[in-house]
Amino acid sequence: MADDQRSLESLPQPFAGWFAGRGWTLRPHQQALLRAAKEGKGGLVIAPTGGGKTLAGFLPSLIDLAARSPRRTPALHTLYISPLKALATDVARNLDTPVAEMELPISIDVRTGDTSPSRRQRQRAKPPDILLTTPEQLALLIASEHAQVFFQDVRAVIIDEVHAIAASKRGDLLALCLATLRRWAPAARHVGLSATVRDPVALARWLGPDTPIIRHAGGAEAHIDVLDSEMRIPWAGHTGRHNIPEVYEQIRQARMALVFVNTRSQAEMTFQELWRVNEDGLPIALHHGSLDVDQRRKVEAAMAAGSLKAVVCTSTLDLGIDWGDVDLVVQMGAPKGSARLVQRIGRSNHRMDEPSRALLAPSNRFEVLECRAAVDAVAAGELDGPGPRRGAIDVLAQHIMARACGEGFDALDLYEEVRIAAPYENLDWETWERVVDFVASGGYALKTYDRFHRIVRFPDGVWRARNDDVRRQHRMNVGAIVEDPMVTVRLASYVGSRAPGEMKKMLRAGRKLGEMEEYFFQTLTPGDTFLFGGEVLRFEGMVETDVLATRTHDTNPAIPSYNGGKFPLTTFLAERVRGIVHDRDNWKDLPDQVREWFEVQELNSVIPDTNQLLVETFPRGPRFFMVCYPFEGRLAHQTLGMLLTRRLERAGMKPMGFVASEYALSVWALEDLRDVDMNQLFHQDMLGDDLDAWLEESALMKRTFRHCALISGLIERRFPGKEKTGRQVTFSTDLVYDVLRSHEPDHILLQAARQDAADGLLDIRRLGDALARFKGHIVHSRLDRISPFAVPVMLEIGKEPVFSGDAAEAVLREAEEDLVRDAMRID
Amino acid sequence: MLTFIVAGCTLSPQPCGALWWSDERLLVVSDLHLEKGSSFASRGQMLPPYDTRATLGRIARLMDRLKPRTVVSLGDSFHDRRARVRMAEDDVALVRRLTGQCDWIWIEGNHDPAPPDDLGGRMADKLVFGPLTFRHEPTPGPVSGEVAGHLHPCARVVGRTGTVRARCFAMDETRIVMPAYGALTGGLNVLDAAFGSLFPDGLLVGALGRDDVYAAAMQQLAPDAVSAAG
Repeated sequence: MADDQRSLESLPQPFAGWFAGRGWTLRPHQQALLRAAKEGKGGLVIAPTGGGKTLAGFLPSLIDLAARSPRRTPALHTLYISPLKALATDVARNLDTPVAEMELPISIDVRTGDTSPSRRQRQRAKPPDILLTTPEQLALLIASEHAQVFFQDVRAVIIDEVHAIAASKRGDLLALCLATLRRWAPAARHVGLSATVRDPVALARWLGPDTPIIRHAGGAEAHIDVLDSEMRIPWAGHTGRHNIPEVYEQIRQARMALVFVNTRSQAEMTFQELWRVNEDGLPIALHHGSLDVDQRRKVEAAMAAGSLKAVVCTSTLDLGIDWGDVDLVVQMGAPKGSARLVQRIGRSNHRMDEPSRALLAPSNRFEVLECRAAVDAVAAGELDGPGPRRGAIDVLAQHIMARACGEGFDALDLYEEVRIAAPYENLDWETWERVVDFVASGGYALKTYDRFHRIVRFPDGVWRARNDDVRRQHRMNVGAIVEDPMVTVRLASYVGSRAPGEMKKMLRAGRKLGEMEEYFFQTLTPGDTFLFGGEVLRFEGMVETDVLATRTHDTNPAIPSYNGGKFPLTTFLAERVRGIVHDRDNWKDLPDQVREWFEVQELNSVIPDTNQLLVETFPRGPRFFMVCYPFEGRLAHQTLGMLLTRRLERAGMKPMGFVASEYALSVWALEDLRDVDMNQLFHQDMLGDDLDAWLEESALMKRTFRHCALISGLIERRFPGKEKTGRQVTFSTDLVYDVLRSHEPDHILLQAARQDAADGLLDIRRLGDALARFKGHIVHSRLDRISPFAVPVMLEIGKEPVFSGDAAEAVLREAEEDLVRDAMRID
Repeated sequence: MLTFIVAGCTLSPQPCGALWWSDERLLVVSDLHLEKGSSFASRGQMLPPYDTRATLGRIARLMDRLKPRTVVSLGDSFHDRRARVRMAEDDVALVRRLTGQCDWIWIEGNHDPAPPDDLGGRMADKLVFGPLTFRHEPTPGPVSGEVAGHLHPCARVVGRTGTVRARCFAMDETRIVMPAYGALTGGLNVLDAAFGSLFPDGLLVGALGRDDVYAAAMQQLAPDAVSAAG
């Protein structure tokens, strides 16, 4: 205690008094950061939620600013960057308290996408001492006129939730912006605030060279349980409906619960189901990214006020903000990774000394295993998470354009600057030149666009944007997030009376309810019902990008199809899941139904060892199936499916299609697969001969290319005043891809897409590792009928929407056969 | 191989999107939109400059195989009026070679009301050939034997194991609407109202696959949530 008292002596007044008045002491990480700041250094602060990280980050700035002359020229002193704009706003509010109570002469302002143009102008003319903003707004500021002057006096840059952003394209963009700030404001300390991560050294390097790591250990352990449902656990699917009564009971007993789900459609469904059993009329609310902003703000305010019992939410509530007195976190469905689970559990009990309480509710049998694996991993203190990444080329192109739009750049200087950013530290000069050329004129070998250059090298050697049109276009395209195409959902009503059978023409669009992925509505026809914002709505039709829907009393809405996991199962949890399956000692901890499932599997087929790959073949109906269980996640399985299909095609097995789940892959063919040599079929050389050929045609690759085209500025996200729908963009980038592929296969943007595919989207690296591991360890189980393990993936057949190449050809051919069969039928 | 019979004529749709009338050795392509890439580039979107040669290359290969006597380019052959100025020299040479090999007819379209006159071939607002009339925009109301383009038909075919979106021919026994042939041309779903008025009794689709053209009926098709014109 005496030490703590002494700790305050290092604080100047009025800070020491303010801390003492609140009964606070200076925590070790807060002290460490203050010491570092005195030497002009930043640091990476790693502390659990509730550890006073945010205050630690700002304290040196507040002390510095308090000591300054109040009559100085306005200049930006501290820049705070948060991945969420709501978090920036919230932190600003929290900062107001100490500043007001100590009567510090410090101005604080927020700049997000919602900030009005006039306020933005004021911020430029008379900068606040502390500006709280987002990575995208920082990128926009850097692309603006006189950006260097605006930033040159910055003394501190604070990046919040840095673990949540570093390993992504958004992180690449922020790293590049931070490198620019290091050049423009060399005196600035860069401080990162992070939750516990697997690889703190890599994260510190991401923040900048020689960043010290400041840890704050502690926090009470979490109590995590896996719900052992009395009900029948489904074979497949992600609804988790069977868990609802038990989850409801837990909510009833809690003070306030956060119910996390992995997708928006799961959020809708869970919310609906909870209300179905809500006999006590508990105040249960819904929060996800599709809902209208006002609606979300209302829910957040109610949470903060403690007037809610539970909130069903997606990752929108994963980060940062302290929403009140949560004492229970429920995870519906598998958490997909131990780091995500820890983050979500951290949402409860923001007081560090009390344990958090969490409940995992698996939605199918394999998820029971996954939940177990996650709990074991958290108990063992093992975190998963992405490692360092190669900086994306499309993001680099966007940053180059930003610099040309702002101050302009010298190519050699900017090359050196870019390599300060960790993701780009190994960027070679040749690639750099090609990316600059791409930004200038598309980077094509055929030089016909010289007169259309977007950036031009002036006689002084500085590259600048050609004109204001280019600058305007760039501003519309800033950011490294590509959303799925979204449509607006509006509540509509019929106007006037309608005779039976009369065309319903008088439909009037009304209030906006929120936004939703467009692909969902492609599966609906007018008259279908669906869940949105906790209501059952009837789909009436579409007008441009608005979905018109009316209220209905239908209680049995169509459930939106679950379009793959947003988050793939991590390699790390996959290993633990394989361990649980293999090791019979673990089975006793599993629910009876799951254990029984394993036992029948053992009886009818095989339980593989941890290092083995089980492959089962069996006939079913007119087709022959092959199911394998690599547990490597849907993306890696999809890639594997494509590759195996090609091989089987060549072997004359007439494969007809495949479906991938998080855990397994099922391929079906017209020929019997039981005599196929599986060691040969699964040989890793398939990654060599077949991968490139397949990649060229894959729909996933085209989607990857689309993202690259949008982020790099090849394709505009929208024209000013004329919103292009995402669907249009999707279609035309596919064509661009095809043309480019056949005429300039080494184009820099194709390389960018290939790099993305290899690193992330297609999980090729992961598949390669798995195939190497399974080599010589393939167990082929020849069966006469479907095995218990195969049931879940077999139930997914027909739900996969993406087709191209051979699979597309097969769908069209079958459709034609159906047509002919129909036409030839004699009734 | 799929065959269309329209106004008594036997026509073979090609997987690349062309239509072959073998009795008359006549080949039809529609909506080439040459120089669409450079049109966007001139406005700051650096689309690949290869669409013209990609499109012409496909026609050249088809002509080598089929040896047509007549080639009809059914309008919107050029993306805009300044397309000719932006064409690369070897692309110009390739067009001239193709138009020199046959009786080449440029039908006028809305994007190119006056196709360039220095590339060979002849101009027409429409072409009447036996029982068939070739024009750019489909005529509203009943026709008997019309081959038109302009609408860039596409279909979403719902199969047993998935859904595929592809460019397509839209037809009944009186008319055909051709798919866009150009390398960078998008499509409009055939369930859009624009097709409904042309095919009041429903239409049959010939969807372009990689290896073949596949027939599908209306009831096998799905709409796009948002029509993808352009």
